[in-house]
Amino acid sequence: MTDAPHPRHIPDRLDKPLSSAIFSWEALLVVIAVLIFAVNSFASPYFLDPWSLSDLTFNFTEKGLIALAMALLIISGEIDLSVAAIVALASTMMGMAVQAGAGTPVLVLIGIVVGLGCGAFNGLLVTRLGLPSIVVTIGTMSLFRGIAFIILGDQAYKGYPESFAFFGQGYVWWVFSFELALFLVAALVYWFVLHRTSFGRRVFAIGNNPVACQFSGVRVDRIKFILFCLTGLMSGIASVLITSRLGSTRPSIAQGYELEAITMVVLGGVSILGGAGSILGVVLAAFIMGLVTFGLGLLNVPGIVMSIFIGLLLIIVIALPILWRRLREGRFA
Amino acid sequence: MKNLRKYREIWLLAAIAVLIGLISTRFPGFADLANLRQVFNDTSILMILALGQMVVILTRSIDLSMASNLCFTGMVVAMLNAAHPAIPIPILIVIALLVGLVLGAINGFLVWRLNIPSIVVTLGTLTIYRGATFVVSGGAWVNADQMSPDFINFQRAAFLGIPVLSWIAIAVIALFFVVMTRTAIGRSIYAIGVNPTASVYAGIDVGRTKFIVFCISGMIGGLAGYLWISRYVIASVEVANGYELNIIAACVIGGISIAGGIGSVGGAVLGALFLGIISNALPVINISPFWQMAISGSAIILAVVLNARGERRQGRIILRKAEAA
Repeated sequence: MTDAPHPRHIPDRLDKPLSSAIFSWEALLVVIAVLIFAVNSFASPYFLDPWSLSDLTFNFTEKGLIALAMALLIISGEIDLSVAAIVALASTMMGMAVQAGAGTPVLVLIGIVVGLGCGAFNGLLVTRLGLPSIVVTIGTMSLFRGIAFIILGDQAYKGYPESFAFFGQGYVWWVFSFELALFLVAALVYWFVLHRTSFGRRVFAIGNNPVACQFSGVRVDRIKFILFCLTGLMSGIASVLITSRLGSTRPSIAQGYELEAITMVVLGGVSILGGAGSILGVVLAAFIMGLVTFGLGLLNVPGIVMSIFIGLLLIIVIALPILWRRLREGRFA
Repeated sequence: MKNLRKYREIWLLAAIAVLIGLISTRFPGFADLANLRQVFNDTSILMILALGQMVVILTRSIDLSMASNLCFTGMVVAMLNAAHPAIPIPILIVIALLVGLVLGAINGFLVWRLNIPSIVVTLGTLTIYRGATFVVSGGAWVNADQMSPDFINFQRAAFLGIPVLSWIAIAVIALFFVVMTRTAIGRSIYAIGVNPTASVYAGIDVGRTKFIVFCISGMIGGLAGYLWISRYVIASVEVANGYELNIIAACVIGGISIAGGIGSVGGAVLGALFLGIISNALPVINISPFWQMAISGSAIILAVVLNARGERRQGRIILRKAEAA
């Protein structure tokens, strides 16, 4: 790594001069998070309790772990819609292992290996055959979850060992859950990889112009393959956490997670067209989504109505800078 | 083999024929005309939806909110029918089309005026429209006994021995065929997908065309909303949950390129038919329905691989070939 300019600013400055001028995307997200936090603490007297704040984190840590890897994938110009199906398949395999009497270390290993394997399968299809990832992963989404359905039928696997419950229910220190600690550590690792290594810079470069990268000697396919493996790996880890937290496996586990993870990534300021974004933004977006769902939950708003707020938040936050720039240029929609 | 892609519909038709042949070896009655008519009727709604999605994908966009639109519109129409059974069905269908149009226009407006990528816009409206269904209904279901007999029986009525639902599908297919092959807007939609920049220079308003395309997919979603609810006679928030991906899958199997510009009405219809036959046949030939997802997933991956082969051979974008050389 040389002292070339910070990779993330190259696409940022080119795309939206506004973000460097008055506020950055991350600052906007912080403001939104603080606002929602304030509203929540006024809306419910139970919100500011440390334990309830700790519960809040369970709303986003599992999807957030997937979103970290998804962010890199989307920055490189690809997407993975099969992540929730990978979670389901990995969880099903863990369930089978439990029936065969496997212990906790074996279960965790199975979750991670199955996730990694599914990600590698996606990566191979996309890079070896040169297929569009959005279509490939729609196919593997049905395939992976289909296999889970074939194995499970209409049953549920239960009977996970007691020591296994730590991953989804355990606490590292006082109110800090293992899930939150893992999410924060993973966020640091992903931040370092994306913003401080040449690998990360290549991910941005591929998202901006894969052809130019190829000619510059970047092994585009190999990096994309690694990114698909990482997304699969994170889905496998998330699967261990969810299975441990719920203590059971059903074929419908983690339904809809792919869209929530992508929402976190986009809300976090990653361009869906590739080439721009930051890990800090994704982490903030994950917190914001956790805050919204938890706050609305305290007010007894049903889950389906919460999704309206998440959807509105996504569109409004994306539209804001565009409207803002038009206002400054004296041009209106 | 050079013209593999050109004759995609023939290949798909052959694949469907082989599929029906294979199923017939296990269940002899499957290839009977009466049963095939039934399969077509069962697949009608998916075919209509796939056509709406096709025009969006052709312009290099995507509409993830179609199934939520279907759910919302279906709920609105069902509640109207439950509250005022006197409203005639044709008027309810017009209302469904209008509600769908409004939802589609919201997507289209955001894509057109704010330049937000369609995948982001419709990811947002996907959750908003489904949430709005809950708000409108208060979480309550509309059951069969609350719907008027007309509401339920309209699409089941036979006309010339074929149910009205099938006739609606045939009419929609014919309409799309004419629009996509014989009108300026149809040509513009293809042109935008092949090369948006060149389309601008050719005098096509790309933004406005995308807006129109989302209005079309919205109206189709609305129409499918009425058809779905009156067919399965229950309206709830859960209706067609996750179905947006089945619709896109039908398009992909039908050879519609997700990169835009390539695809045909016949392809979309056959793609939907292919998925429809799989889901229809599995229970009949005693394969557990749990296999359905895995089989259609494999079919999608296979179709994509074949698509990519065809597209590569053609060298669709001339410049890209030069770049790679």
